[in-house]
Amino acid sequence: MKIVSVSAGLNQPSSTRLLADRLSQATVAALETEGTTATVETIELRDLAHDITNALVTGFPAGQLPGALGEITNANGIIAVTPIFTASYSGLFKSFVDILDRGSLTGMPVLLGATGGTARHSLALDYAVRPLFTYLHADVVTTAVFAATDDWAGEGDSVNPLPQRIERAGRELAAKILAAGRERPADPFTAVPDFADLLGVSAATPNGGNAAGSR
Amino acid sequence: MQFGVFSVSDVTTDPTTGETPDDTERVRSMITIAQHADEAGLDVFATGEHHNPPFVASSPTTLLGYLAASTRNIILSTSTTLITTNDPVKIAEDYAMLQILSNGRMDLMMGRGNTGPVYPWFGKDIRQGIPLAIENYALLRRLWDEDVVDWEGKLRTPLHGFTSVPRPLDGVPPFVWHGSIRSPEIAEQAAYYGDGFFHNNIFWPMSHTRQMVEFYRQRFEHYEHGRADQAIVGLGGQAFIRKNSQDAWNEFRPYFDNAPVYGHGPSMEDFTASTPLTVGSPQQVIDRYASMREDVGDYQRQLFLIDHAGLPLKTVLEQIDILAEEVVPVLRKEMEAKRPEGVPADPPSHADRVAALAS
Repeated sequence: MKIVSVSAGLNQPSSTRLLADRLSQATVAALETEGTTATVETIELRDLAHDITNALVTGFPAGQLPGALGEITNANGIIAVTPIFTASYSGLFKSFVDILDRGSLTGMPVLLGATGGTARHSLALDYAVRPLFTYLHADVVTTAVFAATDDWAGEGDSVNPLPQRIERAGRELAAKILAAGRERPADPFTAVPDFADLLGVSAATPNGGNAAGSR
Repeated sequence: MQFGVFSVSDVTTDPTTGETPDDTERVRSMITIAQHADEAGLDVFATGEHHNPPFVASSPTTLLGYLAASTRNIILSTSTTLITTNDPVKIAEDYAMLQILSNGRMDLMMGRGNTGPVYPWFGKDIRQGIPLAIENYALLRRLWDEDVVDWEGKLRTPLHGFTSVPRPLDGVPPFVWHGSIRSPEIAEQAAYYGDGFFHNNIFWPMSHTRQMVEFYRQRFEHYEHGRADQAIVGLGGQAFIRKNSQDAWNEFRPYFDNAPVYGHGPSMEDFTASTPLTVGSPQQVIDRYASMREDVGDYQRQLFLIDHAGLPLKTVLEQIDILAEEVVPVLRKEMEAKRPEGVPADPPSHADRVAALAS
């Protein structure tokens, strides 16, 4: 199994990356208890920021980007973690989502995470980030994990502390990955209907053709 | 193999002087460029079709008709003719007229157009782009191939007892290319009819171009028009050439950095690495374009974009001279030497197609 973890954190070290790594570990551990081995590939959007901007203005992915987009499409599950900036996902995070190949998240098991200064931003996960993935037809687990600064000191929530939420989220993603018989998005080339179907006629070959000579 | 130039007809401020040509100047510069390319010995001049500023080429057959009378050898073509928003009846009429005026020294390339508002301006829906391209072209073929057409489709008023005039020159319609960057359906369409397929890869990495062309070639063979390597392929390209590579980089950089088509995006270094844009000496352009066949197979037409981004006319004419004198002769020779037996050197000319009809 291949899990791809996407972190949109900008600082180094980044608490967003830290949360992404914790969520990955929890998912791998949960899969392990079910007897499934998983590997994790982490995509740091900070490293791709220039390529992402270039793709927005040129319309095609270049540099490191085609590799990252391929990782996403071929993943068994995605962990997506963004810092909350001005009440929503970061611009870099959204820009990356905007250039994903069409259909690449359809039916994809996804676990969402976010970081922010205080827990007052935690619902941004459910009013901003979750609808984005719903639009893309991703299969998002019900638990989304928000880590505020205080959570890292264990002071954020004494009843349901961060490690517990991470573990629960990891279990939910692992269960979805195991349950998903996910179909990959169709290859645009093999998905092209035969031309007779496009044309709406039954003839398979046109008479004559347009090329000259013996071709 | 044919080498030529194609224009998007953009009106762009020259970033080094701040001067912007008006539409009249720009149309006249296109005429001068085409005439100069003819005199220099390039094989093709193709014009785009646009219906919004900052472009001027809204009326391709008017432009090409004028050029037919004022050039001698160059093939006049389009890049592209909008098969979605133009009435296929008008395309059949206009291009049959151009075919006669140019005495067969023309072909044309179908494209869907990528400017969203053009569709509603012409009463169409961009989400119907592919169905429009398929139905309209199927009708266009019939209008050229059949003297009297009875036709009913989904996207246009029916025709009964309709004859498109003038009838094609020598009873043979113009050769048609289909241009598409991203849609395999259009490559499929080109293959189905045995038409040419043009991939305007100027803003795309070669890996993508290779995939599209390979698909077209396989489908061309599937529809029994010939072997996959005999399919008719054209590519876009762009180059800026000076004797010394560094001079080319220094001179072109302000145009690259400011042009609406690619300015303020990737650096020229990144862009030249990931797309066919080649800035450098004639030998560097030769090396880059001689290698294209390794990705797409032996192909028949290479068009260069050279008159965009606000480049002054004088510079464009110099680029044509360098292309025609120092680049194309070498490329032509190299491509010819490597072409396998049975693979056509050129796209079918009017004379080829008349001969094919007779045999």
